[in-house]
Amino acid sequence: MSWFSQFLKSSIGKKLIMSLTGLFLVLFLVVHLSGNLQLLSDDGGESFNMYTKFMTSNPLIKTISYVTYFLILLHTIQGIMIWRQNRGARASRYAVSSTKHTTFASRNMGALGTIILIFLLLHMYQFWLQMKIDATEMVVYGDYEPVKDLYALVAVAFKQPLYVIIYVLSMIVIAFHLRHGFQSAFQTLGLNHIKYNGVIRFLGNAIAILIPLGFAFIPVFFYLFR
Amino acid sequence: MKLTLKIWRQKNNSTPGKFESYQVQANEHMSFLEMLDVLNQDLIESGKDPVAFEHDCREGICGACGVVIDGQPHGLLKGTTTCQLHMRFFKDGDTVTIEPFRAQGFPVIKDLVVDRSSFDRIIQAGGFISVNTGQAQDGNAIPVEKEDSDASMDAAACIGCGACVAACPNASAMLFTSAKVSHLALLPQGEVENEKRVANMVKQMDLEGFGNCSNTYACEAECPKEISVENIARLNRLYFKSSLASE
Repeated sequence: MSWFSQFLKSSIGKKLIMSLTGLFLVLFLVVHLSGNLQLLSDDGGESFNMYTKFMTSNPLIKTISYVTYFLILLHTIQGIMIWRQNRGARASRYAVSSTKHTTFASRNMGALGTIILIFLLLHMYQFWLQMKIDATEMVVYGDYEPVKDLYALVAVAFKQPLYVIIYVLSMIVIAFHLRHGFQSAFQTLGLNHIKYNGVIRFLGNAIAILIPLGFAFIPVFFYLFR
Repeated sequence: MKLTLKIWRQKNNSTPGKFESYQVQANEHMSFLEMLDVLNQDLIESGKDPVAFEHDCREGICGACGVVIDGQPHGLLKGTTTCQLHMRFFKDGDTVTIEPFRAQGFPVIKDLVVDRSSFDRIIQAGGFISVNTGQAQDGNAIPVEKEDSDASMDAAACIGCGACVAACPNASAMLFTSAKVSHLALLPQGEVENEKRVANMVKQMDLEGFGNCSNTYACEAECPKEISVENIARLNRLYFKSSLASE
């Protein structure tokens, strides 16, 4: 296995890990958003709570969720290591540094990622942990088994302006992180060709706008209309 | 035209450096290096230590010159080396900050001169082809596709000046290494040793203490030869192949 660990420890290997874990997390965001959009349906939370039940009990989904936690951790740790090493590569800083040719997002992926991590911890504490420790109410729909009422938890949280603001701001941070990350992931994979660069850039921008917009819409909607 | 120069002065790598201000009388026809020559003449005549800076051909092809001018390696002009940057792009009364390329892989030797032998060691690790010397090959004995020879020539335009490292927020040497890998990898003579070459050159690049590429593309924008980041993608592909799928 020495060749493999050597590969993973090389600068390009480390970037490959960032790229692949990042793309997986983009996929996770798409699934997470499509599930969360059920919060908007006008059925008192039935479809969302039933969906939550399915997501927390199906063994396949459970396995994937553990994979996701692991990859988030890997993306974070690897990112911190790369950030540290990159800082060390220029111990004496420039007195004047130009930002003319680089985007804000590309220069600040580490800082954006840190904000996202803090948000993630808050988000997990607020919903995931409350579910785990059974702090939610139970609710019964029709002939089904009683399910945890995560919908009520969400509805209460998103009635508080502070949370709405935190969620919306965090989604803006994610938008910037995605804007650089998506196309960067493909460059790292070696996929840079005039034939499809346009498609990757378009997809990256679309994802960077639409996913955070979709997520941010939910707390705003709850605050204003529920 | 009269300029105020803020120049990084550093005696050697073990002494900390600092900025010093100088006044210089230049004219707009001078190149940036000629303006520094004028300053140095003034300093020598007044018995002071002249500013050390590196230069050789002064025609924009050797890669010896290179300083960071107001935050940009080789100055504000796109696709231009420091020696080909002329004073007409500055205004009378401007204050210009001049710093050396800053990277752990490029330790300062004196003032604006940095040691770029890390680049030489990357080349020594594999930036060559192994052929027996002897009679030259017939002109068209080995067919090369036009597209490949064009891409190879574009990569070969790299003069190894180090502006990519200087421009990169992470001081990464990926553009340099990828150009040096690409110009050989695309031709039949170089293709034979691709796997070994890319493995050894990347290994040496990592050992030299350069940062990791994070695709900011500052390198491509500041490169005086406008080497494309497509080369970095090619380096990545070749490295994956060499590490994970080699024979």
